[in-house]
Amino acid sequence: MDVTFRIRRLNPEIPGKDKPYWQEFKLSDVEPTDRVLEMLHRIKWEQDGTLAFRRSCAHGVCGSDAMRINGVNRLACKVLVKDLGTKIQVEPILGLPVLKDLIVDMEPFFAHYRQVMPFFVNDTPLPEDGRERLQSPQDRERFDDTTKCILCACCTTACPSFWANGSYVGPAAIVQAHRFIFDSRDQAAADRLDILAEPDGVWRCRTIFNCTPACPREIEITKAIGEVKLAIMRGSPEGIIQVQDIQHEA
Amino acid sequence: MQTHQFDAIIVGAGGAGLMAALYASKGGANVAVVSKLYPTRSHTGTAQGGIGAALGNHEPDNPLWHAYDTVKGGDYLADQNAAKVLAENAIDAVIELEHMGLPFDRTPEGRISQRRFGGHTSNFGEKPVRRACHAADRTGHMILQTLYQQCIKNEVKFFDEYHVVDVLMNNGACVGVVAVQLGTGELHVFHGKATLFATGGWGKIWQVTSNAHSLTGDGAAITFRRGVPLQDMEFFQFHPTGIYKMGILITEGVRGEGGVLLNRHGERFMEKYAPRIKDLASRDVVSRAIYLEIRDGNGIQGKDYVYLDVRPETVNRYLAEAGETRRVTGEEIEKKLPDILDFCRVYLGVDPVKEPMPIQPTAHYAMGGIPTNVDAEVVIDENWTVLPGMYAAGECACVSCHGANRLGTNSLVDLVVFGRRGGMKIAEYVKHADLIPLPANPTAEIEAEFKRIRSSKGKSKPGELRGIMQKVMMDYVGVFREGAGIQQAIDTVQELRERYQTDLSLDDQGYKFNTDLIETWELGCLLDLAQVTAKSALARTESRGAHSREDFKERDDQNWLVHTLAFSKLAGPYQPGALHLDLNTNKKVDLSLAETDPRFAPKERVY
Ligand SMILES: Cc1cc2nc3c(=O)[nH]c(=O)nc-3n(C[C@H](O)[C@H](O)[C@H](O)COP(=O)(O)OP(=O)(O)OC[C@H]3O[C@@H](n4cnc5c(N)ncnc54)[C@H](O)[C@@H]3O)c2cc1C
Ligand code: FES
Repeated sequence: MDVTFRIRRLNPEIPGKDKPYWQEFKLSDVEPTDRVLEMLHRIKWEQDGTLAFRRSCAHGVCGSDAMRINGVNRLACKVLVKDLGTKIQVEPILGLPVLKDLIVDMEPFFAHYRQVMPFFVNDTPLPEDGRERLQSPQDRERFDDTTKCILCACCTTACPSFWANGSYVGPAAIVQAHRFIFDSRDQAAADRLDILAEPDGVWRCRTIFNCTPACPREIEITKAIGEVKLAIMRGSPEGIIQVQDIQHEA
Repeated sequence: MQTHQFDAIIVGAGGAGLMAALYASKGGANVAVVSKLYPTRSHTGTAQGGIGAALGNHEPDNPLWHAYDTVKGGDYLADQNAAKVLAENAIDAVIELEHMGLPFDRTPEGRISQRRFGGHTSNFGEKPVRRACHAADRTGHMILQTLYQQCIKNEVKFFDEYHVVDVLMNNGACVGVVAVQLGTGELHVFHGKATLFATGGWGKIWQVTSNAHSLTGDGAAITFRRGVPLQDMEFFQFHPTGIYKMGILITEGVRGEGGVLLNRHGERFMEKYAPRIKDLASRDVVSRAIYLEIRDGNGIQGKDYVYLDVRPETVNRYLAEAGETRRVTGEEIEKKLPDILDFCRVYLGVDPVKEPMPIQPTAHYAMGGIPTNVDAEVVIDENWTVLPGMYAAGECACVSCHGANRLGTNSLVDLVVFGRRGGMKIAEYVKHADLIPLPANPTAEIEAEFKRIRSSKGKSKPGELRGIMQKVMMDYVGVFREGAGIQQAIDTVQELRERYQTDLSLDDQGYKFNTDLIETWELGCLLDLAQVTAKSALARTESRGAHSREDFKERDDQNWLVHTLAFSKLAGPYQPGALHLDLNTNKKVDLSLAETDPRFAPKERVY
């Protein structure tokens, strides 16, 4: 089948193309099961080598190719033509500076990630037998969902609160924090909860829910953010709500 | 041009690079990690099934059995000292990953959960053993995330989206690298006492592959062009179960959980080829079996694929037949293989809990690469002479612990074990080594090459050249090979190299994120490695592991218990003309375990 791509472009080095503009490309012999990423490659390899985008794994696990496809944040390698129709519009994700065509500046995104102490902390002595720390399957299950995050930025750049205020840490950073806060082996939950209780932390989330359907890994992001909010109110991941805390947060 | 100075430069931020960076910096070295991708995009993150270690969390296990399986899996080409280090260090390395917070799945007792995997057995081949430590089917993702997190915690310095394009040598030592900053197109020189390459594999040489677009073998190609040999390049693993036509990997863990391979008659054909461990035989064995079934017209609908069936009713039928008491449910399969089910549902519209998956072998893993010793130091001849300042680890390196065929789960072990050893060695080395000055005009040659590519005005689109290479390599230097076919691949790739040198056509003349230019440069690496692979394959007149010659069907231990070392005979890295090689076969396989234990002596490989 024939498909028309409408792509949002920008090339900072070429006068006249250094402001965003749309360009159309027509492709024939497209299979319904083709991935958008393959189509972008065909455009690049057959028609216009200057088209710039990031990609690597091509099957939805490395997080390189988040784009706004027909108005929705998707990984180009994980969405098939048959689910989009014959007119496909591709733009860079929103809320991060565009550097060239579909490539945005990821630095602000990773800076927010680094803000939440996205690493395991446990300074207690290691087990004496030299083996692993024990964790029950139930405790492991508690944070399973948020271990799936691939830092693609689909969620954060779908969030109106982030668009409105780029200093908000954003859903992806909260997901990363959640992965450690609810890990029974980790000991820095209190520090992370303090960071997320600051003005640019979780409370900028207005529960708009854009993030959850945007996630290509099907993480229940809004739920995770809710759990973090609750933990802040309780003072710890599994603690009991203190009345004065609620008053304080309100 | 900017110049940066560090004690140690780590090229690549996959599992091997990050582990090396962590250990070098923990040891006191001032480290820079230079990576063309953001670290979390590295291909380590796609590894699915597990990381092998004889923890014995479910049943008795022993590192010596692991070493035996590795040696046997490698069809006796593995250096036995390296296989021993791999198996012994694996235990400690996996435990350490857990201490770093890696969320492994757990047994009811709270220990790391383990599953079966191809070629891993207890008691020297007796029966399959649960050795693969896993986190669902995203073990690599968890390893990559955990190591990156630890690097952030330890404030390792990253240069993300810096693409290394040349290695700098002076006075017979490695003194750093040249990189292009992708966002600006500017060249940067990284000057250091030690440089470790951890740039991953080169599966993009082939048409059907499990490998990422970024796996173009850059590190192996640039060191080769500067005089470092490439070892055992004829050994490239085809994983038996890639999604039909797409190549996306379906982990061996599916068979570990009880999945079976079926031909068009519904026969579990692996019973014929590996009566004892059947679908869990080594990958080379299973891939060949699939090709043979297809050749005999037993592919599904007579086509070039077979089925991988993990439907609970199928699995349970064969479990019952085998007299096992274990049974599986659809729910358990969802839980243990969530990503695999997702891939099949998204890309094939097939639900593996209800339907079998169409699969075919897919180009997967480079056993060969930059030769190193067990401390990740690069060695440049049959006498194990160390090249000062140069290190390599992970898939781009050849230790060789995998020999002629890597066992599943052993690459992730390789990354953490040899990445760690490399990092420790570097920390020690930079303490006493002097900083050797940079060569004169360190960027002159690569600048000239980039200028040539950028301004080329010929007719050959890089994508077209890549496509031809991928097809010819798939057809003639794949699962089965034969002299005349390999020669044809060599000739075709040579023609492509000439067009690459004289007739390129590029659209993007810019500097910022010029991915047209970078992809073309990567294609140059692929063409060189394809040529080395094919020529090494032509020279090895025997069949061993992943290298299966139809004109030399037998393994030949008399003449071929040796590694192949391929040296470039070109005067400079970009000298035009044919790629002439010097193929050296004087490096003997290390058989040190066999010296004291006859069970490790080369013998016929049956599963
Ligand atoms: C789909 C799949 C599943 C797998 N499953 C398993 C499994 O279950 N168990 C197992 O043991 N093994 C598995 N493997 C194999 C294993 O994952 C890889 O061999 C391993 O991850 C390679 O790691 P690495 O650190 O060597 O390189 P990679 O993770 O590939 O990283 C390469 C790094 O080098 C950088 N780089 C490359 N070129 C340059 C350059 N020119 N300049 C700067 N940086 C550069 C990249 O940015 C990247 O950071 C699997 C492989 C695949 C493809
Ligand atoms: S290319 Fe890796 S997620 Fe799409």
